[in-house]
Amino acid sequence: MERRETILSVRNISIEYPISIGVVKAVEDVSLTLDDGEALGLVGESGCGKSTLGLSLLKLLRPPGRVTGGQLLYRGTDILGLGNHELLSLRGRNIAMIFQNPLTSLNPLFTVRSHFLETIHFHDPSMPTARATEAVEKMLATLGIERKRLTEYPHQLSGGMRQRIMIGLALIMNPDILIADEPTTSLDVIVEAGFTQLLADLRRLYRLSIILITHNLGLVAEIADRIAVMYAGKLMEVASAREIFSRPLHPYTQGLISCVPNIRLEQKELVTMPGSPPNLAAPPAGCRFAPRCPKVMPICREKAPALIEHEPGHSAACWLSGRKD
Amino acid sequence: MATLIRARDLVKDFPLQGTIFDVFFRDRKAVHAVDGVSFSIAEGEVLGLAGESGSGKSTTGRLLLRLQEPTSGSVEYRGRDVTSMSARELAALRARAQIVFQDPNSSLSPRMSVGQAITHPLSIHRIGTPKDRKERVLDLMEKVGLSPAEFLYHKYPHQLSGGQSQRVVIARALVTTPDFLVADEPIAMADVSVRALILQLMRQLKQDLGLTYLFITHDLATAKYLCDRVAVMYLGRIVEIAPRDELFARAHHPYTTALLAAVPVPDPDARRDKKLPTGEIPSAIDPPPGCHFHPRCPLAMPKCREARPPLREVSPGHFSACILD
Repeated sequence: MERRETILSVRNISIEYPISIGVVKAVEDVSLTLDDGEALGLVGESGCGKSTLGLSLLKLLRPPGRVTGGQLLYRGTDILGLGNHELLSLRGRNIAMIFQNPLTSLNPLFTVRSHFLETIHFHDPSMPTARATEAVEKMLATLGIERKRLTEYPHQLSGGMRQRIMIGLALIMNPDILIADEPTTSLDVIVEAGFTQLLADLRRLYRLSIILITHNLGLVAEIADRIAVMYAGKLMEVASAREIFSRPLHPYTQGLISCVPNIRLEQKELVTMPGSPPNLAAPPAGCRFAPRCPKVMPICREKAPALIEHEPGHSAACWLSGRKD
Repeated sequence: MATLIRARDLVKDFPLQGTIFDVFFRDRKAVHAVDGVSFSIAEGEVLGLAGESGSGKSTTGRLLLRLQEPTSGSVEYRGRDVTSMSARELAALRARAQIVFQDPNSSLSPRMSVGQAITHPLSIHRIGTPKDRKERVLDLMEKVGLSPAEFLYHKYPHQLSGGQSQRVVIARALVTTPDFLVADEPIAMADVSVRALILQLMRQLKQDLGLTYLFITHDLATAKYLCDRVAVMYLGRIVEIAPRDELFARAHHPYTTALLAAVPVPDPDARRDKKLPTGEIPSAIDPPPGCHFHPRCPLAMPKCREARPPLREVSPGHFSACILD
């Protein structure tokens, strides 16, 4: 595959939440890149830091959450160094985000049309309403939503339609990166599948790069080109989607994949991972997965393994994966 | 094998608040949540009840235990009519037939310790002496993986992880040694790795305690893993019911086929162009005439609008409600 330009790069980002009993290290020393036109899946269980990382990409972290180190480069500009004014134009125009529950992101007192017009006029106050409306109607057609819905309010729309409106709002200013945080979790299976197809179509149409944050391995398998697996605030493994599913190197990735029921397989037993993720206010020394790892070795409890590229494009943070056996 | 529980033509309407005129003209609208559902579950069997939100699967589960009164139809538990039981008989039934809900945190009292919560049903049903009870509870806690039991006995729900809370709910449901358990999406709220553990536990308990389950789920992959037979519901009706392997290999009803096609598969090589039904599940207030699925069905014919297709046996034990069969 041709090498494409890196459009977003996350360099050694660490994020903390100081709380009464200490400091929660939600994200620690994470580095990632997103290429132009690529779909990257950010996978992990609740509390692994994937949403926190997603929010930080738009500098949307709420205090007391704070980035304690690292850089976020969007086409060479450090997002963390941007002022409020520049951020407002970055969000929506360059990087847009959609969240899990569209009802909490939509204003119950706004019609579909006013949601769109507000977004457009915020970024481009001089655009005549007639032209803006034209753009909105074109967007609705792309989303597969009838024109008559323009005058309706969020409560009149179905869950799937609301999520389509959300993605429409995110894309109306033609950004080049879309961050989607669990976009289908509140949707039913068939609606979810429809949304997945829509996302694939939009990606082509808008030449989008996508960061898909999810716990749903089925969903990333459908969409992502490359997958990054997070556990307890750290990156465990990064590789192409096909590699992650066919030859996972990290025991956590292996566990995660084999514990999901797969409708295509005859599974007599699911492989389970006993235990639960560590307390991030006092993470274990060494590898954070060591307490639950079936292949743990003495060194795992002492020193944290670095994320090392073992094969071109396939990195893992595990003491085992460097060894040939 | 003997039939443990049987539902006959269960109907549940939830009347809507109407105006005085609606009452006067007897034109009260209602949500037709369950619309003529019949099935039976054999002793020791796991019947999966699958469907999207709003299909009536949870209401069906509640009707079986008479947590809600059916509008019409009947439920038989070991040949006895549950729908006409007196309060006293019903109380005795509740010790034999239990339910586990989706969200453990909303089914546990924050002011009851784990021990108190699990012991509660024993005191309600006046089973055992206080000393026996504690022994029995500790024993059961170990069995469901709440270990060390002595330590967790005095914990409160907010001190537990999501997986532990769901285990407490399961233990509480099993403490009166029931033989029938309705599990209403017991893993929908849990994290990926916790899901596998709960599924494994449910399977283990079924074997050890000889339980019979009605397993309500929106996830067909999970149903495939756990169930012996699967019923698929759409808008209050069962559209197809078959032994597990038969259903997954030879689904007949177009809705089941669509549902199966929509399930995301955790395998990037399995990406496919899905033929999905358009739109979303219609309102149960005013369901479409004839076959409820016809407005979304790719194979719909004019005849589908006319009459409700009955469940017909297409092969031994495999029933489907489609005029094409």
